Amino acid sequence: MSMTPLLRVRDLHCSFRVNSGMIHPVRGVSFDLQRGETLALVGESGCGKTTLARALLGLQPPSAGSIQIEGNEIAGLNRVDLRRFRPQMQCVFQDPFSSLNPRKRVETLIREPLDVHQKFAPEERRRRVHLMMEKVGLPADWGRRFPHEFSGGQRQRIGIARALILQPDILICDEPVSALDVSVQAQIINLLYDLKSDLGVSYLFISHDLTLVETFADRVAMMFEGQIVETGPAREVWCNPQHAFTRRMIDAIPVPDVTRPAPPAFRLEAD
Amino acid sequence: MTGRVFRGLRAAGRNWTMSLGLLLLSGVALMALTASLLFPLSPYDMIGPPLQWPGQFDGAVLGTDALGRDIAAGIFYGARISLLVGFASVACALVFGVLIGAFAGYYGGWVDTVLMRVTELFQTIPQFMLAIVVVAILGASIGNTIVALAVVSWPAIARLVRGEFMVIRQRAYVQGCIVLGMSDLRIMFVQILPNAISGVTVMSTILIATAILMESALSFLGFGDPNVITWGTMIGMGRGNLRDAWYIITIPGLALLLTALALNLVGDGLNDLLNPRLRKRKAG
Repeated sequence: MSMTPLLRVRDLHCSFRVNSGMIHPVRGVSFDLQRGETLALVGESGCGKTTLARALLGLQPPSAGSIQIEGNEIAGLNRVDLRRFRPQMQCVFQDPFSSLNPRKRVETLIREPLDVHQKFAPEERRRRVHLMMEKVGLPADWGRRFPHEFSGGQRQRIGIARALILQPDILICDEPVSALDVSVQAQIINLLYDLKSDLGVSYLFISHDLTLVETFADRVAMMFEGQIVETGPAREVWCNPQHAFTRRMIDAIPVPDVTRPAPPAFRLEAD
Repeated sequence: MTGRVFRGLRAAGRNWTMSLGLLLLSGVALMALTASLLFPLSPYDMIGPPLQWPGQFDGAVLGTDALGRDIAAGIFYGARISLLVGFASVACALVFGVLIGAFAGYYGGWVDTVLMRVTELFQTIPQFMLAIVVVAILGASIGNTIVALAVVSWPAIARLVRGEFMVIRQRAYVQGCIVLGMSDLRIMFVQILPNAISGVTVMSTILIATAILMESALSFLGFGDPNVITWGTMIGMGRGNLRDAWYIITIPGLALLLTALALNLVGDGLNDLLNPRLRKRKAG
């Protein structure tokens, strides 16, 4: 393994002006993401994790600090210069309903990244779209449909296919399952897990749910008030939390209590 | 139950009004297309005695005006001008308004401030006065009438498009396109515009009606092209005979009324058709 990490973030700050003054959601974040690794970024809402994701994706210019992809500095690049690095880092959004253009067919949505970066001949693009649909578990003959014909979980599969068709090294998943039903959440997590070994992509997985990431993240970074307060292998953070915030997060996880008496039987009666 | 029946009736009613609008509009279009076939002579030619009431003189179904010109011919040729001016001016206004609105709404910041101040400058001047001034400066011709009406129509479109772009720009799929590295122009016109166009379509039909009415008003005041006959010209020329031969201004007036009504009905129908909430109800 090479010495330079795939993604290196150093002392990143983000601040912006809102109506009531300046806010400073990211305050000096540093971390490395190694090739093939899954790093989970966990924190409560408002801790700056989404702003951090937006900064990494070039949607929100950082006010200070450094973001390097394989040693190339991308913080502060303008959108045209950034375009060269786009295929290396893609993202999956939280809301599967607003993250797909309602007027585009599924095959267009998945092919678009290849069109934008003018990769491959048209025939090859089509082949890859079908291959990708198969990989994320969408029947290939659904390509002519529109996003509104799909459920939330299926839409998130479309989003994942769209993000991965450029074969990025890094996939930033910003709460990719928090808008989905619990049963569908597991399917999407399993899909992401399978795709990781298949495509050799590294994940930066942003979530507020420690139990969710504990199962499949290699490392966990706990974020609190704009800073990373604790990092370490998932199990270690889970079993031996060092920071007070991490302990609070773990304590807040509901645990089924088998010693409590069962509630009285409740019968649903027809009207 | 009653609610459903009521909704069904109302939907049918809406479709019915839109069909009526389309029917009237195609009638006007048909008149415009067949004008030179049915009336080979110029509508300015004298075809019979003056001031013949409709049905009074065989050669002129709708009668003749004070100079013995065929009113029916004027209505048919006038339909051409009305439709041409209405559609052409709004088409120009659309191109300009969509461009201005798209850039202002997409980029925001100082681009938005500058473009919207210019738009407001146009909006604060009374539309009809502005149209008269433009025609007075450029000279009276069909082309200049179209330009004048486009100049007064575009700000409304620009403001609407700006609003839509500001909202849609924040949607996750637009952010996703930025992450893909898509160019701004492609995001604006391939991704956002198709999602913003429904409101613009509805507004355009109403603006066409307004443009047709304004063209008539310009012609009525004598700011129209003197070489072509329009409904406004006919009303202007007939007003001297208002008391003894009121049909001269009533017939082109009715033509105007029906055309404007048709466009409004179509706009109303399109609004229901393109409204995503109503459409969703139909799909679900």
